[in-house]
Amino acid sequence: MDKNVNKKELSYLDSVHRDGKIWGFTLLAIIFLFPLIVCLIFNAVPNWSALGKGLLATVPMYWAVGLIEVITYVPMLGAGGTYLSFVTGNISNLKLPVALDSMEKAGVKSNSEEGEIISTISIATSSIVTTIIVILGVILIVPLTPILSSPVLDPAFAQMLPALFGGLGVVFVSKNWKLAIAPIVLMLILFIAIPALNAGTVGIMVPVGVVFTVIVARIMYKKGIL
Amino acid sequence: MDCVDYQGSDLKMEFNVNHPILFILVGIIIATVLAQSFYFLIRAYRRALAKGMEKSLLKKTIISSAVFTIAPAISILVGVISLSKSLGVAVPWLRLSVIGSLSYEMIAANNAMNGFGETLNGEITDPSVFVTVLWVMTIGILLGLVLTPVLTKKIQGGMIKLEKSDAKWREIFNNAMFLGMISAFLGFVFCDFANLFKGDTSALIAPLVMATSAIIMAVLGILAVKTKKRWLSDYALPVSMVAGMAMAIPYTAWLA
Repeated sequence: MDKNVNKKELSYLDSVHRDGKIWGFTLLAIIFLFPLIVCLIFNAVPNWSALGKGLLATVPMYWAVGLIEVITYVPMLGAGGTYLSFVTGNISNLKLPVALDSMEKAGVKSNSEEGEIISTISIATSSIVTTIIVILGVILIVPLTPILSSPVLDPAFAQMLPALFGGLGVVFVSKNWKLAIAPIVLMLILFIAIPALNAGTVGIMVPVGVVFTVIVARIMYKKGIL
Repeated sequence: MDCVDYQGSDLKMEFNVNHPILFILVGIIIATVLAQSFYFLIRAYRRALAKGMEKSLLKKTIISSAVFTIAPAISILVGVISLSKSLGVAVPWLRLSVIGSLSYEMIAANNAMNGFGETLNGEITDPSVFVTVLWVMTIGILLGLVLTPVLTKKIQGGMIKLEKSDAKWREIFNNAMFLGMISAFLGFVFCDFANLFKGDTSALIAPLVMATSAIIMAVLGILAVKTKKRWLSDYALPVSMVAGMAMAIPYTAWLA
């Protein structure tokens, strides 16, 4: 019986991987084709020197972050969640928090098939809702622009991340407070002491935090503290 | 025939950052991305039912995920509006619906403009500048898209092995990853804190917003347990997030 269940679980996961690859490569192709088609339509050629300089300033950092992000986020997002998130973006500020919150409320673990399912449903829903809201916004951009870019609302949007992680943090920190102390202290010291760490670079610090916490967790686990 | 004429320089399409053809192309890509989301949603939903998971749980997951997404999605829309001043509406619409985030796109677009010795300022009128920016944004973000189909299965395979060898450690490992991510963002909230010693009280805004949201979240969580009203905890995160964002307005007026 057990064997049977395992076989079924594997086959669902395998099919997610198969479909994820097909969708992934298809989307990669059309996303890459877009600038090419724009070049052809407008008969425009990039300025090679500016392109070179722009890529040199962008690629080393973003490709390094990209590699680390895939390795860090796959175990947290699950298979279906990963294939969706890396296409639709906004992972750390939306997709991962929404999946975490859903799995937490459903009482499922991210390493179980139930977790995989809930995470996928949650991230797919979030992607669909985001896309639809942005489509509506683009259609209504003329009347919406003065409202959404009004100086009154500006501070609210500027503070979305603190508001999101305050709520999410309280749940996870209170449940794992022993393990939470070391990474929070480290990150507070780093972010307060190093001026270069800010909204633009917080993405790089996520893998640093993850690796550090895993090492601390391993030591605490071996010593029987956790 | 058309195609040949079209290649001729006198008949080339007049460039404009808001050209309708850009909206059509972007619309096609976004429709495909939307199809992918629906495809995985339906697959996971069917699998859940086949496994005997409760319909009500799935419905609740969908509704609460949708509610949670509204505020961040509007903030993404604000990003589209701010980028649209130089890049038109179509490209930011694509870049922020697919893959990127505002901070990345701003940096990539600015890096491309720096290549011209300029900054992202005012509407781009030269198609060559426009496509240069587009290529930098596209190539810069490409790696994640290439690696996901290649690496995801391998990484998950490793996790499954870990699970088999030590289930308890695997659970701690998972919690450690989540906490590591959250701690990075908690640190980020205090990134301007050093300015406080120079008398800049605006450094307190983000920590105060975070504390407000955390307190509301905790209160809702406790209330949900005490009153046995599950729906309170279902919407606790979006409610505390929006309340934190709303309180950012008076905090900023006070401290900035």
